Amino acid sequence: MRVPVALLGTCAAMLLAVLTAAAAAPEQQIVIKDFMFGPASLTVKAGTRVTWVNRDDEPHTIASATGLYRSGALDTGGEFHFTFEQPGTYHYMCTIHPQMLGTIIVEP
Amino acid sequence: MAADPSLISRRSALKCLAYGSAGTLFTLASGVLVPLDLAQAATAKGTGRPLFLQISDTHIGFSKDANPDVAGTLMRTIELVNRMPEAPALTIHTGDITHLSKPAEFDLARQMLSGLRAGDLHTVPGEHDTTDPEVSEYFSRFGKASDNRGYYSFDHGGVHFMALINVLEFKAGGLGTLGEAQLAWATADLKGRSASTPIVVFAHMPLWTIYEPWGWGTGDAEPLIAQLRRFGSVTILNGHIHQIVQKVEGNITYHTARSTAYPQPAAGVGAGPGPLKVPADELSSLLGVTSVAKLHHPPTLALTDATLA
Repeated sequence: MRVPVALLGTCAAMLLAVLTAAAAAPEQQIVIKDFMFGPASLTVKAGTRVTWVNRDDEPHTIASATGLYRSGALDTGGEFHFTFEQPGTYHYMCTIHPQMLGTIIVEP
Repeated sequence: MAADPSLISRRSALKCLAYGSAGTLFTLASGVLVPLDLAQAATAKGTGRPLFLQISDTHIGFSKDANPDVAGTLMRTIELVNRMPEAPALTIHTGDITHLSKPAEFDLARQMLSGLRAGDLHTVPGEHDTTDPEVSEYFSRFGKASDNRGYYSFDHGGVHFMALINVLEFKAGGLGTLGEAQLAWATADLKGRSASTPIVVFAHMPLWTIYEPWGWGTGDAEPLIAQLRRFGSVTILNGHIHQIVQKVEGNITYHTARSTAYPQPAAGVGAGPGPLKVPADELSSLLGVTSVAKLHHPPTLALTDATLA
């Protein structure tokens, strides 16, 4: 199968853009589904912006165990972001469903 | 053993609950608070003057498939109450007034509840009412009764009411929490009170552990329960789980109310305690789903876990 050279070029440019963006500001996503944070434990590099997105029909919150951050109620499709600058282990929970626990491990 | 009238009343009451609707009415019979079905109370004569009404989990702001019109079902509940031949003297709302703690949700809920012809409204918040980062939306509207602490007490008709908050100090992975300050207040509030005074305690989350994996309970309630055991009639009313679960332990009756918004699954059924979607034509009838009462120890007096299934 022949693929037009121009299209390949476009794809390469897009890939490069994505890679460049990732290098500039690392991002990770946590999906909330079925009353669980997925993944429940996430390891990231310092400076990573973590996004939580709620895929349940029930609202959830993201609340740091130390009070570092606390989202409001995220309805279905709602998102919350936090950028972890300092290395360490960060525990969080959903204050509506305190049995929902998560951990972010931030490496240098 | 001679038949105990209060026991019969309880059994009758549970039968009523089996055909119940979105609200529960309590009358004082022989010093024991007996829950009566609202729909029956609305038509029955001679059930006595209703002492108070419990409404719970109105979740104004919810709009998902399990009930796209929670304002509509709340309005139907209010109309049902307002058709009662005698108005209850007061109403308690056991929390989750709103779904997302939004100002517009609180305002709509308060406006609608003001149409309830059932005496003064006494509230406690649910965890859905306290999700705004400053936890100010509930307290700015309903905090006055408790001086913004969330817990308070009052008396009516010879009954002592204690309103408690157990949705603020969540421990990770744990249950609802009352906290030391509130427990100390409750101790002082009960001290010296006559054991013959009927006590009503209400809070959003159940004050006994119904299902720990879903957080259905209050982790530090036992010191309070221990102080309540000396009273001849104690009724503990909660919401949160959107279904009736009842337990009788000694002189203490525990009872959770249905929601006016949507049902939730029975403990442990499915991924979590979220809205339970049922066919549209079953939503109303689900409120009347038969509950099963199981009599346990002690066999003639105790009733445990009367649940809607």
